[in-house]
Amino acid sequence: MCRHFLFCWCAGILSLIAQTASASMSESDYAAARARLVAVIESDVRETSVYLDTEELDPRVMETIATVPRHQFVPDDQRAHAYENRPLSIGHGQTISQPYIVAIMTDLLKLKPDDRVLEIGTGSGYQAAILAPLTETVFTIEIIEPLARQAQARFRRLGYANIRSRIGDGYYGWEEHGPFDAIIVTAAADHVPPPLIKQLKPGGRMVIPVGGRFLTQQLVLVSKDDDQHVTTRQILPVRFVPLTGEH
Amino acid sequence: MSTDRQQRLPIYSVALLSATALAYEVLLIRLFSIIQWHHYAYMIISLALLGYGASGTFLALAFKPLLRHFRGAFITNVALFGLATLGCFLAAQRIPFNPEELLYDAGQWLNLIGMYLVLSLPFFFAANAIGLALAQYRDRLARVYAADLMGAGLGSLGVVLLLFVLFPMPALQLLSAMGVVAALVALWETGLRSRAAYLLLACLAITPAIIPATWTDLAISPYKDLSQTLRVTGTRVVRQQSSPLGLISVVESSVIPLRHAPGLSLNATSEPPEQLGLFIDGNGPSAITRIPDDPAGLDYLDQLTSALPYHLGTPASVLVPGAGGGTSVLQALHLGAQHIDAVELNAQIVDLVHDTYGAFAGDIYRDARVQVITAEARGFLARDDRRYDLIQIPILDSFGASSTGLYALSEDYLYTVEALREYLRHLTPGGFLAINRWVKMPPRDTLKALATAIDALERSGLEDVAQRLVVIRGWQTSTLLVKNGTFSPEELAAVRRFCEARSFDLVYLPGMAAGEANRFNLLPAPYLFAGATQLLGPARDDFLDRYKFNLRPASDDRPYFFHFFRWSTLPEIIRLYGQGGVPLMDIGYLVLVATLVQASAASLILILLPLWVYHLQRRPDTRRVGRGRVLVYFAALGLAFLFIEIAFIQKLILFLHHPLYAVAVALTAFLLFAGLGSAWSQRFQGAGGNRRRPPGIAWPVAAVVALCALYLATLDNVFAELMQLPDVGRVLISILLIAPLAFCMGMPFPLGLAQLGQHAPELMPWAWGINGCASVISTVLATLLAMHYGFTAVVACAGLLYVLAAVSFPRARPEPNGT
Repeated sequence: MCRHFLFCWCAGILSLIAQTASASMSESDYAAARARLVAVIESDVRETSVYLDTEELDPRVMETIATVPRHQFVPDDQRAHAYENRPLSIGHGQTISQPYIVAIMTDLLKLKPDDRVLEIGTGSGYQAAILAPLTETVFTIEIIEPLARQAQARFRRLGYANIRSRIGDGYYGWEEHGPFDAIIVTAAADHVPPPLIKQLKPGGRMVIPVGGRFLTQQLVLVSKDDDQHVTTRQILPVRFVPLTGEH
Repeated sequence: MSTDRQQRLPIYSVALLSATALAYEVLLIRLFSIIQWHHYAYMIISLALLGYGASGTFLALAFKPLLRHFRGAFITNVALFGLATLGCFLAAQRIPFNPEELLYDAGQWLNLIGMYLVLSLPFFFAANAIGLALAQYRDRLARVYAADLMGAGLGSLGVVLLLFVLFPMPALQLLSAMGVVAALVALWETGLRSRAAYLLLACLAITPAIIPATWTDLAISPYKDLSQTLRVTGTRVVRQQSSPLGLISVVESSVIPLRHAPGLSLNATSEPPEQLGLFIDGNGPSAITRIPDDPAGLDYLDQLTSALPYHLGTPASVLVPGAGGGTSVLQALHLGAQHIDAVELNAQIVDLVHDTYGAFAGDIYRDARVQVITAEARGFLARDDRRYDLIQIPILDSFGASSTGLYALSEDYLYTVEALREYLRHLTPGGFLAINRWVKMPPRDTLKALATAIDALERSGLEDVAQRLVVIRGWQTSTLLVKNGTFSPEELAAVRRFCEARSFDLVYLPGMAAGEANRFNLLPAPYLFAGATQLLGPARDDFLDRYKFNLRPASDDRPYFFHFFRWSTLPEIIRLYGQGGVPLMDIGYLVLVATLVQASAASLILILLPLWVYHLQRRPDTRRVGRGRVLVYFAALGLAFLFIEIAFIQKLILFLHHPLYAVAVALTAFLLFAGLGSAWSQRFQGAGGNRRRPPGIAWPVAAVVALCALYLATLDNVFAELMQLPDVGRVLISILLIAPLAFCMGMPFPLGLAQLGQHAPELMPWAWGINGCASVISTVLATLLAMHYGFTAVVACAGLLYVLAAVSFPRARPEPNGT
């Protein structure tokens, strides 16, 4: 029953011990670790599929997860954990989400290659890097200046040419580049900012993770239909029903 | 034993030390609530208090040499305590402990253990000093113990007063100096004439005041709400105020506005006007809102689920319990209420909105339509007969902390069945009670509030319960309306219009069709509608049994509305660990259980270790009294004393209408009168130690048990009768009720210890340690018992434990050599 839990915990201890050694991991080691991570996410998604209305995630999303070097988006002392399916601290009181959650959020946006995506809360830049290969342009806004600068440098260094980033207040979106086909609000939101709903195209989708800094409680998917009617779907990223005996 | 003529019984130094140690304990909870979160503060400090238990073990191992050098050992430990209070806190707050990573990062466990060890040191030194004094003066130990208890009693009162005057960090510096001053007093009392020692201690006493200011900055976790907000360019804390109720920080944001409007409709087009953020202990924020020139700037207040009652009529009178920064008052004014009573417990928050930021907030608290009452809401209602068209209970907890179950351990008397009945009693005919809660996934608060309302209505003997309730929700917040009467078709139509216009969903409405649920904010299934239907139907108990979270209503005896955890759900959550299942755990409850497990395991080691050493050393002394009896006796006393004290604090919260009065009165009265009881018990000891005379344990225990039974049977009624008395009267009644009980509770411990002092002095530190460990376990266990069985059960257990103690009194065995 708690084998999985114990396993994860032991893995945590082992990774702590291995941390120094892993500092010298090669790119191929990282690629192998990414492949393992993808396998873990795929298996978790199959378990949760009932709630996600899908048997598997968009293969393009999984492909991106398998190629984006997550270790480049975390501080050096966290690299050893970069391909564990867990959230990580990136400094400035901010975190990088659990890859499983990143995959689900990205999939929920149902991106097409010519979509324009707006991200509120660049953070480390990992989410934008996942979105970049799937769409035409990613616009991303970060409110914390040092984080924004680090992410900008990272995008340049890693060659993400279709990510446009800005330091500032995400509440009003990025009007001159709107409306957007998809918006992802990874920064904590007190409410859904009305200007963002306005900048969502008819048929567009917005995803907001809700919860603490490290743990995502639920994903809120805001959809605008062709008649401009807005609805939300509250998605538990886990296969769980509140009553016993329900399936 | 040393009988130096110049030595005085060190009662003043012991009393000062105890006062400082208790004040330190309370202060640590304050400090850790600010830099971390309250429930982890509780765990860390509980474990640190095992320093008392560890001291027993240490003294047991080094008993003879320490007693040979009593004066030096005693003074050193007191002085070390003083220095450690400040030093260990400063060290502990540098440990980068982040509780949220405990499940992922093994290194965090090391950080946690580091915190325990560092923070246990001050308590370890304090307990060493007191334990040594008890052993050294074992012929007069009841007086030493009395000084210990009475000092602690004064310390508990003193720290509450101190926290009104000083911010937590300067208060800590003062306590540190007081600890060293206690060592100076000890120097004088023990008659040690050393100028160098006096000089050294005098220098050490001023050290806390002169350490660099950068050392004393509070290292607040970067993941707390306040730290997060302060990352944003242009934000700064413009004002801080502190009281025992919390550290208030007012945050201004000059570049990027703060926008606090949780639950805002997706259809809203307006945003909140300029706001100041109000953080309590770094959690929050709630908002103080600037009144815009154009009233349309407040239209966002009509786009919240809480605006619903204002669309069913214009209330002539509104009560807002927990008014805080005034958002609900502003909403009431904006939506046309004619008179508002705003009740707020924290006088400093009232002052901020009333005076300091009065002009900013448009002087809403000075508005002719608003009356501000600084009081605890239940207390205000219990003594007031005013009736209201609307009682609007705002959301007082922050979403982040609430959604991870951090409030599980917090007693809350606003959401109990009795509280709801009180609200209903204060409604005019046709008036509404509105309870606003966060919508969590899977649903918890909304359904529990509904279950509580149903229970309250049924207990009032009403049969048309289902016709009196309406529940709506957005994706973030829900509002439950309870009407003092049945909803009219016009009102139901107005509810539907309100929701349709704002894309809010109907959760429950009399006569609602299933197709009306789950339209705008889609859950995987209409859980809330289904839950509400089940709660109102004949299968309610079955539903509550099958629901994977605890939705059974809270009561005044079990005031834990936020306790949603069910053990039966845990295995499933653990299975879902990798798939984002962790947030389903109610962390608060698990932290409590983890505290109990850790404290019990550590206690077991601390208690068994001396026995093993006694065995190795073949100490004959320790065999004259049955060790099993010693263990049971002192463990039972340690558990029972705090069980009663904690239960009394809870009972007094409702009677004294203020959590601080309750804590201060209960702790002070219990410890002072227990101290008097201890001093009085000296007469049973007899200087010569006549073993044939019964040690007088039976009657105090009988009295404790009788009083417990009497109070359980009558206290609620007595309190209800005397509720109208003024504050002073209720405090005096509380003290009168506590006095005889505490007096008797103060006797068994020194009687037992004196018995050991006579027949097996080497067991004294062991007993001291057992009592220390049991006290730690007691506070945790009391909360756990209260969550499951109520405070009545806690008191009943305490009575049984006292009986168990009485029958296990550690009597001496006949000695073969007749010494």
